[in-house]
Amino acid sequence: MATQTVSMDARARAQDRRVMWREARRNGWAYLFISPFYLLYAVFGIFPVLYGLWLSFHKWDGISPMQWNGAQNYLKLLTDDIWWYTIYNTIWLFFGATVPQLCLALLLAFIINSSYIRGKDFFRAAYFMPIVCSAVAVSLIFGSMFGERYGMLNFALSAVGIPPVDWLGSAAWLKPSIAMVTVWQWTGYSMIIFLAGLQAINLELYEAARVDGARTRDVFWHITMPLLRPVILFQVILSIIGAMQTFDLPVMLAGGTQSSAPGGTDRAGLVAAVLLYWTAFKYTEFGYAAAMSFVLFFLIITFSYTYNRFQGRSPTE
Amino acid sequence: MATTVQSRPRGGGGRDRLAGPFGMAALYVVLAGGALLTAFPFYYMLVTSTHRTSEILRIPPPMWFGAALQQNYAELLDALPFWASFWNSVAIAAVHTVLVLLFCSLGGYGFAKFRFPGRDALFAFLLATLMVPGFLGLIPVFIVFRQLGWIDTWLPLIIPGIANAFGIFWMRQYIESSVPAELMDAARIDGAHEVRIYWNVIVPVIVPALAALAILTFIGKWNDFLLPLLILKEEEKYTLPVALSTLRSLRGSEIGVQILGATGAILPILVVFISASRQFISGITAGAVKGV
Repeated sequence: MATQTVSMDARARAQDRRVMWREARRNGWAYLFISPFYLLYAVFGIFPVLYGLWLSFHKWDGISPMQWNGAQNYLKLLTDDIWWYTIYNTIWLFFGATVPQLCLALLLAFIINSSYIRGKDFFRAAYFMPIVCSAVAVSLIFGSMFGERYGMLNFALSAVGIPPVDWLGSAAWLKPSIAMVTVWQWTGYSMIIFLAGLQAINLELYEAARVDGARTRDVFWHITMPLLRPVILFQVILSIIGAMQTFDLPVMLAGGTQSSAPGGTDRAGLVAAVLLYWTAFKYTEFGYAAAMSFVLFFLIITFSYTYNRFQGRSPTE
Repeated sequence: MATTVQSRPRGGGGRDRLAGPFGMAALYVVLAGGALLTAFPFYYMLVTSTHRTSEILRIPPPMWFGAALQQNYAELLDALPFWASFWNSVAIAAVHTVLVLLFCSLGGYGFAKFRFPGRDALFAFLLATLMVPGFLGLIPVFIVFRQLGWIDTWLPLIIPGIANAFGIFWMRQYIESSVPAELMDAARIDGAHEVRIYWNVIVPVIVPALAALAILTFIGKWNDFLLPLLILKEEEKYTLPVALSTLRSLRGSEIGVQILGATGAILPILVVFISASRQFISGITAGAVKGV
């Protein structure tokens, strides 16, 4: 449809086309450069999730043909006491480990960020060391320190007159023990994130506030906290996602991966991800385990969303 | 209390003084106490790996190094193929890291320096995948590996994450802010091929970002537990964490031997971390502050 015939126009368009063609060729390279992520994610990310959703409506032992099961897996989960107990344990650990860990990290970040503290780099690195350690190795070390009769921790307690505690062997103390190790391992990580957030705040804001005669407390509540809030939000959401799928530490501290009774005494240390692992790969109930993973995902979304709403509405603006 | 504004340290961290001199002392005590609590398990690890169980269970427990390191070491080598697992972990983490550096820097380059249709949507999608928890596809991805014949091989540990969302995001941020467009234009005018531009112009400039990503990736892969546990069947293919996890179930085994095994997994990585903690921490914080 070449009805417009002004020759200057045509030449300009030919020029445009050459530019576009060069652009397109370069774009081809860009698509090529970014394509590995999308190809790999399609095969190892999207496809498995969709396949898992389909699987969750089937009964399957991994070998014999799948059987359509309708919503049976989900209905069974609703009344599965062990499942809900693992959710309870997981949420317990979120409030018993993740929340204290985040608060502690925030406090440490504020302290280290204050201008009169020397040796910031040293403290940063020191608090960060646990996070680079393998959770399996960490659980071997703490497994020994938590020994009932002769462990280091009970020895320290006996020095101040507290009777020994069966940290990893009793149902009452297993969760607190897992929580302690979790706090030990992750506090430095959250602290580093908060510290980076604090250091990104523009100094001129503080100076302006000081010139206006604001007190330290006012500066904290009206400048520091509002500006840090996106970082806190980000870190809390990531922590919710992380805490709901925690696996390494609970499984190792509660008896290891070859234990016949996952979760330790009375399943007190059985978290959702561990039950999911056992259901799929030890009991080979793949469909049921797939349903578990989707219920867990739904819970994560619910918690994250609730938190997001809650923090979004907080009054200090 | 003459507060001079000049005494503010670098890094833009200057704030109000939090407390008076006594308060400051208290803050140091809190910080140092926390650091000691954090460091103590490492000290305990080193000390305990040099003792026999009979010594460890004494009251008070040993607080200084013993003489049983050699015996524990010999027993560790009996209990599991420690060095084979160690080198397996090194090989898997190293190969994975090299591939991550290649594919993530290419991806980051693509997003940072090209304008193409759909770029923003594709990038938003990439970021969104960061929020999808890993366990969601765990069971079916295991079946995918089985279909591919990858069970009991290292491929599932090496391949799927080589072009990962975090790495691409991290490289994009760095390339966008540190590679001047003139540099690439000059190369293009000279008629350089796009692959050559990547290799000769981009890569030399982004070495610091590559170093941070390399450390982050290597440590993450070194500590990876659930996936190798699921995939690897034969003992000689085990990674170190999987091999160590079998120690936990050997009841009544020597505590010092177990702890020495743990030391073998922790000490090398701690050395890597301490020698490069700055890059590591900059990598960790990249997503949090710039990403929001």
